[in-house]
Amino acid sequence: MSRHTLSVLVENKPGVLTRVAGLFARRSFNIHSLAVGPTEHEEISRITVVVDVDALPLEQVTKQLNKLINVIKIVELEPEASVQRELLLVKVRADAATRTHVLEIVQLFRAHVVDVVPDAVVVEATGSPGKLDALLAALEPYGIREIVQSGTVAIGRGSRSITDRALERVARSA
Amino acid sequence: MAQGTHQAPPSGRPAAETARQQPAVTPADVRPVAPGRAGGGPAPVVAAGTPMSGAESIVRSLEAAGTEVVFGIPGGAILPTYDPLMDSSALRHILVRHEQGAGHAASGYAYATGRVGVCMATSGPGATNLVTPIADANMDSVPLVAITGQVGASMIGTDAFQEADIVGITLPITKHNFLVTNPDEIPRVIAQAFHIASTGRPGPVLVDIAKSAMQTQTTFSWPQSLELPGYHPVTKPHAKQIREAARLLATARRPVLYVGGGAIRSGAADELRRLVDLSGAPAVTTLMARGALPDSHPQHLGMPGMHGTVPAVAALQKADLIVALGARFDDRVTGKLSSFAPLATIVHADIDPAEIGKNRRADVPIVGDLREVIADLLPELAREHAQHGKPDLEAWWRQIDDWRETFPLGYTDPDDGHLAPQRVIQRLGEIAGPEAIYVAGVGQHQMWAAQFIRYERPSSWLNSGGLGTMGYAVPAAMGAKVGDPDRTVWAIDGDGCFQMTNQELATCAINEIPIKVAVVNNSSLGMVRQWQTLFYESRYSNTDLHTGHGTARIPDFVKLADAYGCVGLRCESPADVDATIKRAMEIDDQPVVVDFTVSRDAMVWPMVAAGVSNDEIQYARGISPAWDREE
Repeated sequence: MSRHTLSVLVENKPGVLTRVAGLFARRSFNIHSLAVGPTEHEEISRITVVVDVDALPLEQVTKQLNKLINVIKIVELEPEASVQRELLLVKVRADAATRTHVLEIVQLFRAHVVDVVPDAVVVEATGSPGKLDALLAALEPYGIREIVQSGTVAIGRGSRSITDRALERVARSA
Repeated sequence: MAQGTHQAPPSGRPAAETARQQPAVTPADVRPVAPGRAGGGPAPVVAAGTPMSGAESIVRSLEAAGTEVVFGIPGGAILPTYDPLMDSSALRHILVRHEQGAGHAASGYAYATGRVGVCMATSGPGATNLVTPIADANMDSVPLVAITGQVGASMIGTDAFQEADIVGITLPITKHNFLVTNPDEIPRVIAQAFHIASTGRPGPVLVDIAKSAMQTQTTFSWPQSLELPGYHPVTKPHAKQIREAARLLATARRPVLYVGGGAIRSGAADELRRLVDLSGAPAVTTLMARGALPDSHPQHLGMPGMHGTVPAVAALQKADLIVALGARFDDRVTGKLSSFAPLATIVHADIDPAEIGKNRRADVPIVGDLREVIADLLPELAREHAQHGKPDLEAWWRQIDDWRETFPLGYTDPDDGHLAPQRVIQRLGEIAGPEAIYVAGVGQHQMWAAQFIRYERPSSWLNSGGLGTMGYAVPAAMGAKVGDPDRTVWAIDGDGCFQMTNQELATCAINEIPIKVAVVNNSSLGMVRQWQTLFYESRYSNTDLHTGHGTARIPDFVKLADAYGCVGLRCESPADVDATIKRAMEIDDQPVVVDFTVSRDAMVWPMVAAGVSNDEIQYARGISPAWDREE
């Protein structure tokens, strides 16, 4: 099994996420992470889905996704040709004795502290899944109280936009 | 349809046919051209932006989409729509007795006419009763539009009376579905539903409409375009792939054309016939494709698969080239997938790209409408023949003819002196002839009807192939008869299947839909019983139905037919088979039910047991062909 990142452009309509997620479940495809949000065009949403599949089932995933009426376009983003990021918020124990050490780690990873109370801090970090794992490992000895993490979002490197042609389609069909 | 714009289905005629020629749908075109079968003339022209209720807009939209017949049952949430429906002269509504009947009837209608079948139900239980026929249509790619009422928009999500999330429920079993709460969206959504159902790979589309939307004032105007940016079925095949397929077909020594239901859905029978003739290759037609190529064609080997003919199964197993045309390598065809046709190169043509490579890797994938695919393939194949000569298939045909001679389809009369079900079905096919429509349920009688009736034209054979829905036959036959009233329509049903949906006999009798039902009554759930005989040491757990000779006959099918206002006939002896069928053929003003009480020990042969290799096909119990070991 290998990990693949798919950018799925969908119509911004109710229930589309259910259709996409339901398809994965129904066809026994494993979702590693999923993130959905608006795009530069209000009628289009973008789902970034990371799946663990071999090449052949991946082709099936893509074809089945393409059959969904609300799916406009699917692009696989290769790790080396794209920027892939996750957002992490982590609440770490940090009192007067340990706060300096925690803040050092935060700086080292170019993360930010977004909330401070006498016995804890909330750290915000973005990065590749590898970087975030490393940050968590570094913070672990101080006591991690709570973690929340987004799915991966990804965008291709270079000037080309995958939404351009999809937008043309939407404009033509309107 | 490669572009982003979609024409709205023009009024009156199948969308796929005319959409290409008509540049735009103007409001003036919105007059339904429905001929007067429904009684009355065409509906009045509705000008753009005409004010009306959402309910009226639903009726107008169905008319504008070319609907002539709706099968359904009213109820609370759909009630507002049934009021203007009463005034529509273009729409004939047929009141069924169970929503499942409405769904299968719409499927039967779609099969027989090639147009979109329409069914209607209320919210909650009305809608959930449609789930089975919708799933059935989804598996067999039947163009179907289901309109369901939903509780009022403000009640949705409150567990209101008769509320069910039917859009959620049917998400995995529809090609697409919609929830409409804004009445202004009704015409566009219904236009989209018909377009999606009937184009590309056909399938069911459900439109769930909130009661509040039906009761709100809106304006009706039929849409100019459909706004489906994510829907672009590819119909034109790629020229390079076509050339490669032609090259392979011209050079293979053991080719087989593996024809599936897509050949019927795309209306490719004529093209297919030409391809079979030009290529000289043997052809097999799957359960869904019976009739796509005439059974009388000398190159036709019959049906492949679990209960296929030995020549059809063997030819696929030994082929060096399989050209799959609108077929999907279903497990009932391939047997154990890893041992299916081990020597074959695969050309796979289908309109649904997701089918290609799903089960068996395709060496030459072709995405396109089958009629266009074959039409493009013909000249390329002729060119190959002109350049390199026709391939020498003589040795291949010698081998096939040997199988045909040694293993013809057949049956033995049962020892118990009762009727052989195969004989009943065979005689039925011979007497009713190839112009009739045959509709089967699911089980032994279905397989025998696929084997022993000779199909000579497409859409003469209707059955539930993918989902295997018992109870399909009676309502689907009803729908087929409504769609094609001049043809004789025979439902060939089992005693188990018949008891699942025979309430639609009432619909048939009252609405003067004179279908004929042959109940092949072996007093048991025959196919299950066959498996119990073969794989469960003849332990007949819960398969006895007590409907046959020497039983309590509960129910008595002749009395049941009578109670439903149909003619009931019974046939128990081989000597009476022909006379009974002829008697049934003579009655054309009422539905007829014939109770053929047959031997319960008859089994369907040949058979490939589930999950084993097709090489292990049994011609009859314990008898397998000895394959040529050199191959």
